[in-house]
Amino acid sequence: MIYLDAAATSFLKPPCVAQAVVDAMHTVGSPGRGAHPLTLAASRTVWACREAVAELLGATDPARVCFTPNSTVALNTAICGLYGPGDHVITTALEHNSVLRPLYRLEEQGLEVTILSADETGNIDYGDFTRALRPNTRGVVCTHASNVTGNTLDLGRIGAFCRAHGLTFVVDASQSAGVLDVNQQAVGASVVCFTGHKGLLGPQGTGGLSVAPDVTLRPFVVGGSGVHSYDRRHPQDLPEGLEAGTLNAHGLAGLLAGITYVKEQGRENLYRKEMELARTFVNGVRDLPGVTLYGDVDAPHRTAVVSLNLGEEDAGAVADVLAQEFGICTRAGAHCAPLIHEALGTSARGAVRFSFSHLNTPQEVAQAVDAVADLARRLSPI
Amino acid sequence: MLRKPQLRLVITFHTTAEALKTEKLAREQGLEGRLIPVPQVLSAGCGLAWSAPPETQAAMETVLERGNIHPQQIIQLTI
Repeated sequence: MIYLDAAATSFLKPPCVAQAVVDAMHTVGSPGRGAHPLTLAASRTVWACREAVAELLGATDPARVCFTPNSTVALNTAICGLYGPGDHVITTALEHNSVLRPLYRLEEQGLEVTILSADETGNIDYGDFTRALRPNTRGVVCTHASNVTGNTLDLGRIGAFCRAHGLTFVVDASQSAGVLDVNQQAVGASVVCFTGHKGLLGPQGTGGLSVAPDVTLRPFVVGGSGVHSYDRRHPQDLPEGLEAGTLNAHGLAGLLAGITYVKEQGRENLYRKEMELARTFVNGVRDLPGVTLYGDVDAPHRTAVVSLNLGEEDAGAVADVLAQEFGICTRAGAHCAPLIHEALGTSARGAVRFSFSHLNTPQEVAQAVDAVADLARRLSPI
Repeated sequence: MLRKPQLRLVITFHTTAEALKTEKLAREQGLEGRLIPVPQVLSAGCGLAWSAPPETQAAMETVLERGNIHPQQIIQLTI
């Protein structure tokens, strides 16, 4: 089987990740709940993971790295914790439903939302940020990299815009953490939301948000915190303020192992490897008859995500044939990002997404190119 | 063409959980079929559908009824 669905989850992982999860299941108790050796072991594991995330994301304070089950919960926490009725928020058409749906829900309660459009290559016009400004604009929420096209947004530029206008800045780093340079301090992000199971190579069920020192969020979930048990209100101090309930210490042990691996290998090296594979794939399929590639595939700053369609074929059918006949795992459909599909003109049938990991091999990429070529031939017989 | 078109029974669902439950129940009954991406002609977007030989329709309808599964659509389709 050839796994080319890294943008969905990092199925290919270094062995240290699974080992760390298994080891933790045998060695740690409940994090932040008591002071016996096993709970302390759990708490130390979680703290080490906070430090690792903070360092990787260029955050100022590990104590402001709060863990959640995934990026979606982190984004809900950030968006619902910062914005409300009467506020105006700017976002983009590149966004995943994990950004759009919390905004749509708040919109029903009186939040004003402007969605900056994308062109047919999936790029935005940065001048639109200024044009979207209103007196009640409070913030910008945007992804670092599209999960459909692999196109990236210039966080430095958007962060500078936010600073200039006194806006909060929420970054969805689901597709970029562990892959691209995400530097919270450098770009001035109020909150960076991340998932643990993609570029950070950790287990599913891990993720979180790093909150800048000057930012206060209303908690999305309240409950057990391990501290201040007699208070009727959930404690405000971070990280516990945004972490009601027992953390996934076993998963976070795996996430720590994943981040440690990324650091040891060098994030840039891993990125270079997977981009080389993605570019090889693009060059192998771009001139095949009937192949339509989406996104700014030749842009220098992008992720190793390549979406395409074949002739007028149903993307789901193409992905099914790739899986059934060639053993190649891809993702078809809308990828939970409806607006970018509107921009690309692929709303009706979606696209077939090939997403590459540094752990894929050139041989696997060659086989994927051959498979697409085979399908292209079937559709355009000579 | 990508593959030889075949007439298939296609069942779509409101949730992924119902699709998985259907697969389990069909397997228990020894009924042929498999989960596929929802064909574009039935629904834009994502999701799973059950694809099976058309002659299993009656048996599948029984499976769905016994499993208290309310499918979105049951259709015979050439795919």
